[in-house]
Amino acid sequence: MFEKILIANRGEIACRVIKSARKMGIKTVAVYSDADREALHVRMADEAVHIGPSPSSESYLVMERIIQACKDTGAQAVHPGYGFLSENSVFCEALEAQGIAFIGPATLAINSMGDKITSKNLAEKAGVNVIPGYTDVVRDAEHAVEISNGIGYPVMLKASAGGGGKGMRVAWNEAECRDGFERATNEARSSFGDDRVFIEKFIEEPRHIEIQVMADTHGNVIYLGERECSIQRRHQKVIEEAPSPFIDEATRKEMGEQAVKLAKAVQYRSAGTVEFIVDAKRNFYFLEMNTRLQVEHPVTELVTGQDLVELMIRVANGEALPLKQADVKLTGWAMESRVYAEDPFRNFLPSIGRLVKYEPPEGENVRVDTGVYEGGEVSMFYDPMIAKLITYGATRNEAIVRMQDALDAYCIQGVRHNISFLNALMVHPRFIEGRLTTNFIAEEYPDGFDASCVPQDDPAKSIVIAAMIHRQYMDRAARMSGQLQGHERRVNDEWVVVIGGEQHAVTVVAADDGYQVTYADNSYQVSTEWAFGQPLLHSTINGKSATFQVERSGLWLRLFHRGNQIDALVLTPRAAELHALMPEKEAPDLSKFLLSPMPGLLVKVSVVEGQEVKAGEELAVVEAMKMENVLRASQDGVVASVKAEAGDSLKVDQVIIEFE
Amino acid sequence: MQDMISRLDEKRAAAVNGGGEKRIQSQHAKGKLTARERIELFLDPGSFEEWDMFVEHGCTEFGMERQKIPGDGVVTGYGTVSGRLVFVFSQDFTVFGGSLSGAHAQKICKVMDHAMKVGAPVIGLNDSGGARIQEGVESLAGYADVFQRNVLASGVVPQISMIMGPCAGGAVYSPSMTDFIFMVKDTSYMFVTGPDVVKTVTHETVTAEELGGAVTHTTKSGVADLAFENDVEALLMLRRFVNFLPANNRQLPPVWPTDDPADRKIPSLDTLIPTDPNKPYDMMELIKKIVDDNDFFEIQPGYAGNILTGFGRMEGSTVGIVANQPMVLAGCLDIDSSKKAARFVRFCDAFNIPVVTLVDVPGFLPGTSQEYGGIIKHGAKLLYAYAEATVPKITVITRKAYGGAYDVMASKHLRGDVNLAWPTAEIAVMGPKGAVEIIFRQDLGNQEKISARTDEYREKFANPFVAGSRGFIDDVIMPHSTRKRICRSLAMLKDKELENPWRKHGNIPL
Repeated sequence: MFEKILIANRGEIACRVIKSARKMGIKTVAVYSDADREALHVRMADEAVHIGPSPSSESYLVMERIIQACKDTGAQAVHPGYGFLSENSVFCEALEAQGIAFIGPATLAINSMGDKITSKNLAEKAGVNVIPGYTDVVRDAEHAVEISNGIGYPVMLKASAGGGGKGMRVAWNEAECRDGFERATNEARSSFGDDRVFIEKFIEEPRHIEIQVMADTHGNVIYLGERECSIQRRHQKVIEEAPSPFIDEATRKEMGEQAVKLAKAVQYRSAGTVEFIVDAKRNFYFLEMNTRLQVEHPVTELVTGQDLVELMIRVANGEALPLKQADVKLTGWAMESRVYAEDPFRNFLPSIGRLVKYEPPEGENVRVDTGVYEGGEVSMFYDPMIAKLITYGATRNEAIVRMQDALDAYCIQGVRHNISFLNALMVHPRFIEGRLTTNFIAEEYPDGFDASCVPQDDPAKSIVIAAMIHRQYMDRAARMSGQLQGHERRVNDEWVVVIGGEQHAVTVVAADDGYQVTYADNSYQVSTEWAFGQPLLHSTINGKSATFQVERSGLWLRLFHRGNQIDALVLTPRAAELHALMPEKEAPDLSKFLLSPMPGLLVKVSVVEGQEVKAGEELAVVEAMKMENVLRASQDGVVASVKAEAGDSLKVDQVIIEFE
Repeated sequence: MQDMISRLDEKRAAAVNGGGEKRIQSQHAKGKLTARERIELFLDPGSFEEWDMFVEHGCTEFGMERQKIPGDGVVTGYGTVSGRLVFVFSQDFTVFGGSLSGAHAQKICKVMDHAMKVGAPVIGLNDSGGARIQEGVESLAGYADVFQRNVLASGVVPQISMIMGPCAGGAVYSPSMTDFIFMVKDTSYMFVTGPDVVKTVTHETVTAEELGGAVTHTTKSGVADLAFENDVEALLMLRRFVNFLPANNRQLPPVWPTDDPADRKIPSLDTLIPTDPNKPYDMMELIKKIVDDNDFFEIQPGYAGNILTGFGRMEGSTVGIVANQPMVLAGCLDIDSSKKAARFVRFCDAFNIPVVTLVDVPGFLPGTSQEYGGIIKHGAKLLYAYAEATVPKITVITRKAYGGAYDVMASKHLRGDVNLAWPTAEIAVMGPKGAVEIIFRQDLGNQEKISARTDEYREKFANPFVAGSRGFIDDVIMPHSTRKRICRSLAMLKDKELENPWRKHGNIPL
């Protein structure tokens, strides 16, 4: 076995590989750029080598530096992780030329699967289903019908020069096909000046389902079941699970066997993934093969009980696979959520910065693959993924419920994150039913995602917790030193919780092991070990556990639970009565202002006071994450005043320009 | 007897009714509570003991003898906040617009005198149209009587003013001499002369809100310390604030029960200081992580953001925290931040509240506006305040401590009791670049030499060990142990005794 391996990657995957290597008794070498000097993978590895400046093109993608690092540390093999150099055959060859093993497939497989057309031809030859279609130019409408009859309806007519949905037509029968051909041709001509059209099978309710394969150098190839990754946002996977709620045993076997055939056809070794698109009738068609470890591999590990990284290392060391196809058993259900530093309420704008607080969830059947720690940095140079949160259960529902709980207990402060979005997905009835397609997010959130997309959880729980926290606070206040003897503070049991202008009367009394809260004629027994200042409040309410994230801002309590954010004020009944007299203050009219949409540097203000501007006109330029963002007028107006100047560093929502 | 009782009831009812139902409604319509409702919210339920409910004015001019309302526009007395004694007066805008008569002033004076006698805070809830013009000089005398007591009480018992309505002309000078001024947004304002006079004299057009509203005074003038959304939030936050303060200058701060361990390690602080010495970081993170329960009560958050001031607790006891904020103006000292911090340090010193100073200061802000504005005198206020303070003083240098600003920020030389530094501390006369350009002026044309000299200087001085070798720093600590080290130091200093030489009073550079 290797004595030392180098991981040519960063973030969670580097940490993940280090864990398996350590378990196997192999020493590890991390590489890092300037930005990653203090990163978790550097701290975890036995040794770490600096390989250049922060941009990956000058560090993680520079083969010479990595090979030099291998030589300097005596690493015998390189695990590339995913991304960066993981599917680069030149790197693979360069390593082998130096006698360093590449923990991944051989050059042939990487090259042949790296090209869309070659891989499709190879797959077809190997007996893998590919999407039926006619890639040559269709002559006329009759020709189109002839081809479509051959493929079988529905079909998609697509402009050769097409893109963005233009010149695309779905036809369900001959008549529609004729008509569609004419329209598609016309549209293609007017949009692209090129009226060529081709035809392909139209996939109804497409799902993204992929097969994990594992091969050794002794000719053994097995498949480790499938993963469904249909929940995607702009082709970025968000939720993955294994097995798929859609695939039956027969289909699984068929898909698996085809994947194995393809792997054999390219003399595959190591871990690989064959991606399929699956239609509503469980027909599946080859998309591509990824010749690396996938981001979402942990779900496969949890349902198969295998350590894929360990298998990869053993295979690279020339060992035969320790298991046969018959040994592969899928047990239970695994679900993965990708936790990103991006703000779902601001169109998923990436967020960078210091992780002021970071507490990932813990517990049985909860796995967190992370590359960060509290006090670490999410930098602008790399993918904004913070972690992968994986849960396991005997059934899909169990895995989902565990995921909901784990998301509640995931505390991230300092950068924006997508926990609310993940939570909204996890409680979405259609998701729970398993009716997934790759269009799920586009269909369910057609107008984008905002706070109203997060389903309301039972508000009683938040009311009860807010009341309990306040009672605990008052009980402490009552134990302060320096009180008038014999006239000490007595805390009442009656309280009112104010949320969004509504008042909820509650009674809170101390009970064994916690508090007894009465709200709307229901009684709640609450217990918790929580202490003030802790961001996470784990509680049991009437025997059921529930986790809340708690922030205090002045008198207000902010609770996060199930993706919901609730601001609550707890008052005595008399204070609540007086509070009701307080005027609702109108939020300032922000349409009169140009606000900075992100923290960044104001590079330029393009207008002056008194200037008339037309909608769409450039107002200012803000640089953030090394990107220049042009801010434009949303409507016609006159600049009343400019509130910031070039060179200022801006906060989110800082006023740049005020209009008249 | 029955007659007497019903007469009492009648009198009480009249007093409680203040200016009458109509005026009470109008007060509510403005988003304001009445004087009694405010007291009810501020004090522990049922703890208010009212005095002088039957006081009436003695004015006989302008038909005033026919207009008498028991209480005369101010509700006074005492009660408790978290069981601790406080004295309170609450001006009643529904009665003669809360205007100050001689009798009204004497009611305020009475509670102040009592507060001084027993050593308890005085809280004023101000909502007054100004002087009772019908009374003339009688009213002016009343103001002055209050001013005189404000001054005598200063540094003896905490005095807090909550401005909850108009406060104009001479009336502003009572709050201005108290320790803290809080305001309610949109319903309160303070100014010496109002918008009408301003318009006549200087031809400036300005609204009352712009001239002296809560936002103006908490961001522009620095006159007020905090602004709140409405009466309810203001009064309940005032309760929390009072919970931090000792009752008088002979007592130690109160102890608040906490479960937060004194030796809590905070690993994330080890990466708080960025690798790049010019990159800012948020000092607020350090403050919130080291105090008990993450609970920090910031004072003047909207003003002179380059220095942070406020109260927290360590092992349950109140501490005052002063910290340079690298996020604003690189954390340098200027006129506003010096004044802000100086006043805060003096309050802490007056009331036995230990001062914890967190230092990352590159120096004083240069420029004509600073020099013309008198930074020499204003900067000296902070220096003076730290030097005269005899309370426990604990200083932690996180990064830069350059030049005179190093001396100012509770250095060892100003009787700092415990002076600690993080390994990232740079204690020097100035930054490496500036220093080299002076010391090696002859090499200025030679970039290579200058850069080598800069590295040399950085190596030699941009660390805590030179200061450590002279004993100016007691220890270099790991950031993660900061809370523990401060808690231990405070415990060690609990019985600190230090007195300044006897004098009538010092002469702080005002």
